[in-house]
Amino acid sequence: MNDERLFTLRNPWFVWSVGGTLAIAIVAILIGFIWLPSASSAFGDRSLWARICGAAGVPSSWYSGSTASRVPSEVVVLPPSGRVHPAADAIGRGATIANQHCSMCHGVLGTAQVTAPPLAGQYADVLYKEMRDFQTGQRVNAVMEAIIADRSAQDLHDLAAYYASLARPPAADKTRAEGPDATAVRLAMQGDPARNIAPCAACHGQLDRKGAAPWLGGQSAEYLAAQLRAFTSGERHNDINEQMRNVARQLTPEEIDSLAKYYAAMQ
Amino acid sequence: MFHAKRLVLAHFWLAFITFAIALCLGAWQMLVRSPLAPWIGDPELYYRSVTAHGTVMAYVMPTLVAMAFGYAIVELALAQRLVGLKWAWAAFYLLLVGSVMAMVPVALGKASVLYTFYPPMIGSPFYYLGVVLVVVGSWIWVALMHVNLRIWKRANPGKPVPLAMFANVAGAYLWAWTAVGAALEILFQILPVAFGFARTIDAGLSRVLFSWTLHAIVYFWLFPAYIAYYTLVPRAIGGRLYSDSMARVSFILFLVFAMPIGIHHLFVDPQVGAGFKFVHAVFTGMVSVPTLLTVFTICASVEIAGRLRGGKGAFGWLTALPWRNPMMLVVAFSFVMLGFGGAGGLINMSYQLNSTVHNTQWVTGHFHLIFGGAIVIMYFAIAYELWPQLTGRAIVSAKLVRTQLWLWFIGMMVVTIPWHWVGLLGAPRRMAYYDYAMAGMQGQAFWVGVSAVGGLILVASGLLFVYILVKSQFGPFVEPQTFRFASAAQPVVRVPVALNSFGLWVALMIGLTVVNYSVPIVQLLRLPQTSVPAVVIGAQR
Repeated sequence: MNDERLFTLRNPWFVWSVGGTLAIAIVAILIGFIWLPSASSAFGDRSLWARICGAAGVPSSWYSGSTASRVPSEVVVLPPSGRVHPAADAIGRGATIANQHCSMCHGVLGTAQVTAPPLAGQYADVLYKEMRDFQTGQRVNAVMEAIIADRSAQDLHDLAAYYASLARPPAADKTRAEGPDATAVRLAMQGDPARNIAPCAACHGQLDRKGAAPWLGGQSAEYLAAQLRAFTSGERHNDINEQMRNVARQLTPEEIDSLAKYYAAMQ
Repeated sequence: MFHAKRLVLAHFWLAFITFAIALCLGAWQMLVRSPLAPWIGDPELYYRSVTAHGTVMAYVMPTLVAMAFGYAIVELALAQRLVGLKWAWAAFYLLLVGSVMAMVPVALGKASVLYTFYPPMIGSPFYYLGVVLVVVGSWIWVALMHVNLRIWKRANPGKPVPLAMFANVAGAYLWAWTAVGAALEILFQILPVAFGFARTIDAGLSRVLFSWTLHAIVYFWLFPAYIAYYTLVPRAIGGRLYSDSMARVSFILFLVFAMPIGIHHLFVDPQVGAGFKFVHAVFTGMVSVPTLLTVFTICASVEIAGRLRGGKGAFGWLTALPWRNPMMLVVAFSFVMLGFGGAGGLINMSYQLNSTVHNTQWVTGHFHLIFGGAIVIMYFAIAYELWPQLTGRAIVSAKLVRTQLWLWFIGMMVVTIPWHWVGLLGAPRRMAYYDYAMAGMQGQAFWVGVSAVGGLILVASGLLFVYILVKSQFGPFVEPQTFRFASAAQPVVRVPVALNSFGLWVALMIGLTVVNYSVPIVQLLRLPQTSVPAVVIGAQR
């Protein structure tokens, strides 16, 4: 019968294991929270307590520069959950507003006659975000700003639901006889990692879709190329993480035209 | 004397069938991102495959092997009927249903989030629920191991718990506690979003919770392999276990130190303070101690075998070893891979060196070498050892077994050594597409190609493994031999209570977890504005 007691200071196994573990922990904590933060000047000349808090990960700011640079858009559009379907009356209200105010440029059933983009079949979250950005001035357009200025958030949601409920328009550019340009296919489907260009299709819906990334098929080549150039110059800057500006800056003018034609030929 | 045969066999078969499928997926992945094959054109297919490969290889296969081996140990080492056979079957069916439930959405492209979940990516809730079922099933196993040991202890008061069972229960306790992190992450962070109740997720907190599970799970995978080192290898090669106490100390050190170290996976994560990163690095260093102890003890045990077989001198015992014995071969292969992999692991865990290899192919090479190499090759050995007990038939051919083990060893070295190398050259991991025409990457193309060939060798070895098991199971009956675990060089008559019980070690494990994880978790819970929008995978196209 083994009646040796373990949880007592007389048992060397207990003393050495608990003592040893504690010793390792204490030494590690002293080094990690006091010595190392003091050894580096990167944390600035701060008090001991501030250094300990810094090592523990308590947020602090040592940035004292100007915050006057352009404030990014604060509209965060979440990806669609796929389980929420718009109510029929929302689509109906949206249709009423659209036919009174939008169809002059964006077409009655979404087929646009001018350089304004066709909106039929566009994802609702995209439409909502762009309208919000026109309202707040994050995306600049003289016509859109005036037309959308007084619309309530409900109106914007209804408009988005209406256009999203329509069928996608046919391809804008049906004249092209030969197959798609190899450069455009490569950039759209696999990107160019060496130049930090992500594949377009990873966000815009051919492969996968990220929130607020529009479907590009059916847009005119002129419109798409103009938007990419606007992203390149920074004139358009309502991509909150600069994901489009970063990609567009890397594209050559020829690649921009090629991609614009590629998507114009898609439905 | 072996009542749970069908149960253990069912576990092994489910483990090895899923393993064979996931192995083929892995080789396919290596091929399509190498310069040997044209690119598939759709990265989503690649990530689908990676998710399936990782989920099976990390959650399903090793859990099933650990469970099967644990049930066998209860009957073989304790020499008592497994109590709770019905519960054990219920657990098995939970794993079966869970695996299918997780794999269907993955196959449909609704959950290409990789097995480590990576919030804010969110896949189909069925994927996570499937993983939960697998974990719940394994918790039933943990409870059964606990109960069976208690029953044995009550019947044998004061006697030393057989080493195999002691280690087995240590592994079970480790798994029970380490799975809690991922369980918290899935239940409180991921599932609410996957079901649509929430649309944002605290990705930083989720990653910290997952790191709780992420490293100790490796030691849960490793336990069966280490049990085989200590309790199967010395007997199979005609030696003695050098020290029973050293073995117990090693398993206890794993139990205490495997848990509070996961933040070394988050060395570049901004949401965790540098102080905690350092402390976790220190404790990760401590986990190398039981492995070094094991290497010493097993080498000494093997030396005993060599000397018993007439080996003389400083190195003469090496040539006297039974090199044609598959178990001798497997432990040698396993140690070589453990040596390279362990050395790489020390680089990963050191706070500064990590920054040169973080998120590169080096890391993928590392865990394939350690887990797929050193550990999985021991899973093969365990299956070969137990097969005659389970089926009543002999393994069909020792030569085929040796061929299979050689192929696995060569394949794994050819896969992982170039993999480490391209990682050092800077190749990032988790990418579906590499442009080898790019100037900076041309030097990597050759080695990636070599590595992909290694993947094909592994497929050949894995399929040969399954073939040997099937062929043996339908072979002629043999007279069943009594199963014996290795005996120690010194007879184990009495062990200190500390090496025969778990109370102190479980308390230390939980205490260290509180010290190392409480502040980062509580701090992230209290910080406002830490949630980010979820990215739904497989969303509308």
